Amino acid sequence: MTETAQLDSFEFNKDTLMEANKIIARYPEGRQASAVMPLLDLAQRQNGGWLPRAAMDHVADILGMPKIRVYEVATFYTMYNLQPVGEHVVQVCTTTPCALRGAEKVLDMIKTELGVEPGGTSSDGKFTLLEVECLGACVNAPMIQIDDDYYEDLDEFSTKTVLDSFKKGEKPAPGPQNGRMGSEPKGRPKVLTENIER
Amino acid sequence: MLKDQDRIFTNLYGNQGWELEAAKTRGDWDGTKDLISKGRDWICEEIKSSGLRGRGGAGFSTGLKWSFMPKEPTGRPHYLVVNADEGEPGTCKDRDMMRNEPHKLVEGCLLAGAGMGANVAYIYIRGEFYREAEHLQAAIDQAYESGLIGKNACGSGFDFDVYLHRGAGAYICGEEMALIESLEGKKGQPRLKPPFPAAMGLYGCPTTVNNVETIAVVPTILRRGASWFSALGRENNTGTKVFCISGHVNNPCNVEEEMSIPLRELIERHAGGVLGGWENLKAIIPGGSSVPMLPKAICDNVLMDYDSLREQQSGLGTAAVIVMDKSTDLIAAIARLSKFYKHESCGQCTPCREGTGWMWRVMERLVTGDAEINEIDSLLEVTKQIEGHTICALGDAAAWPIQGLMRHFRNEVEERILSKHKVTPAAA
Repeated sequence: MTETAQLDSFEFNKDTLMEANKIIARYPEGRQASAVMPLLDLAQRQNGGWLPRAAMDHVADILGMPKIRVYEVATFYTMYNLQPVGEHVVQVCTTTPCALRGAEKVLDMIKTELGVEPGGTSSDGKFTLLEVECLGACVNAPMIQIDDDYYEDLDEFSTKTVLDSFKKGEKPAPGPQNGRMGSEPKGRPKVLTENIER
Repeated sequence: MLKDQDRIFTNLYGNQGWELEAAKTRGDWDGTKDLISKGRDWICEEIKSSGLRGRGGAGFSTGLKWSFMPKEPTGRPHYLVVNADEGEPGTCKDRDMMRNEPHKLVEGCLLAGAGMGANVAYIYIRGEFYREAEHLQAAIDQAYESGLIGKNACGSGFDFDVYLHRGAGAYICGEEMALIESLEGKKGQPRLKPPFPAAMGLYGCPTTVNNVETIAVVPTILRRGASWFSALGRENNTGTKVFCISGHVNNPCNVEEEMSIPLRELIERHAGGVLGGWENLKAIIPGGSSVPMLPKAICDNVLMDYDSLREQQSGLGTAAVIVMDKSTDLIAAIARLSKFYKHESCGQCTPCREGTGWMWRVMERLVTGDAEINEIDSLLEVTKQIEGHTICALGDAAAWPIQGLMRHFRNEVEERILSKHKVTPAAA
């Protein structure tokens, strides 16, 4: 675990604590440890996108878990950021299905636009760039995730357009950027054309 | 082609709303109470005789799996756990079901629970599917508010709870035992089997883990009858299946088709064909990254089902079809998958932890040709030492793509090494 950046203390605020208690109630009595992943996620969200050790300790206290068990979880899963991140986290999928459709070009465009390599944060602190494994939107490849949203069916041009919007403080509409609605083949629909009511 | 009236996921693409009201117009939650009142044995038998096999990759008979659950209450909770940790490269079908048809999954949980004697379902969704989780949670909330689940679900007298659990980024949690560990709040490291989950699963209680698609098709099968489902596809490979067609095709897409559709027909009818035409095809990975690739000659005639693909030493897997045309550097494509498995190995078993990294490093050298010919055999030997020697199937999944490459395209790998050797002495 990195020691480069840490906080002296961390506590859930009122809203997060309410949400945390709702989550804990989903698991049987005595099995509160099951809530560790969602609670770490809540902590990360409250803390501007990264998870300091103080937050892990707080979650351990709430759930009555040994701290080491929480550290194990926080360091095992990729979605926990153990160092501070930029205002937006840009994750680029480069696994084979995306790679076959030009993920490398999308990644290069983002590297150029943000002036960082994967793992880095832009000098203005606005963007952290990550290269990630399959995000599960392969028929809309290549694709990236920015914060909680997927931007799909990208090329270099549309990638730049999406980034430019974020740079201006706007949030472009997520989903396919080539006119598709979802995972349907582009063009005239071939299936699900009948109006089916059962 | 499968008729629209035989499609289960009529809102696969999200043309209509996903909420309860819209779902009901598509037939969801229709007569659910009556189906539950037919009893556990009827539900389980109906699923068995429909021929439904697990849609997550292994293809085990769903009804048979359910029948492994204890027949009588054990005094402990019995659990249904839905594997929504979709992450097999090439696969993006469960995502559509959860964002556009979440009520099919929630109703499926209830009916599957009734069919196996479970009173609680946990749906484990991958953490990156944040928006999909929002739809699914809203659908669960709607179902509770309408009395469709919870105490006396649908007025049936059967109590059933459904909870959503978000993961946090780990492919390995798609393995059922790792998923259970993760759900208990631990690192996602698979447990040895036996004991199997039906005897000792979540919190040590009887548990069945099923894929999203497996559960989401259950209500429609029960409503339309096992014989309707089993009349589709071939014997032992029945029903409909959502295929994900990615890579070098004109129109990548998800589509629900009849099981056993010829691979070529699937691609040409729905995905607009291979880029540059069928003759420009080089190879296809037919069932997600874990299954061995097939060269064009086999793709010409192969049927998309469990048995047909197994006969070709590949597999249906998740039915994620990754198409690669003649411009593809197949060695690089497989090397990238090797990197994926290296990244996703949980590190528990030595053959997988060390082997995935070792295989990836050799594959990277094979991409550049910076290797000796005899290293191909030692690489294959290592894949054999990993395969079958680990707790879970991730080791196998890392080995098979390389075996598939060498089985069908070894000549290309050798040529690259030889051409590099020709260049190197001159440069030296």
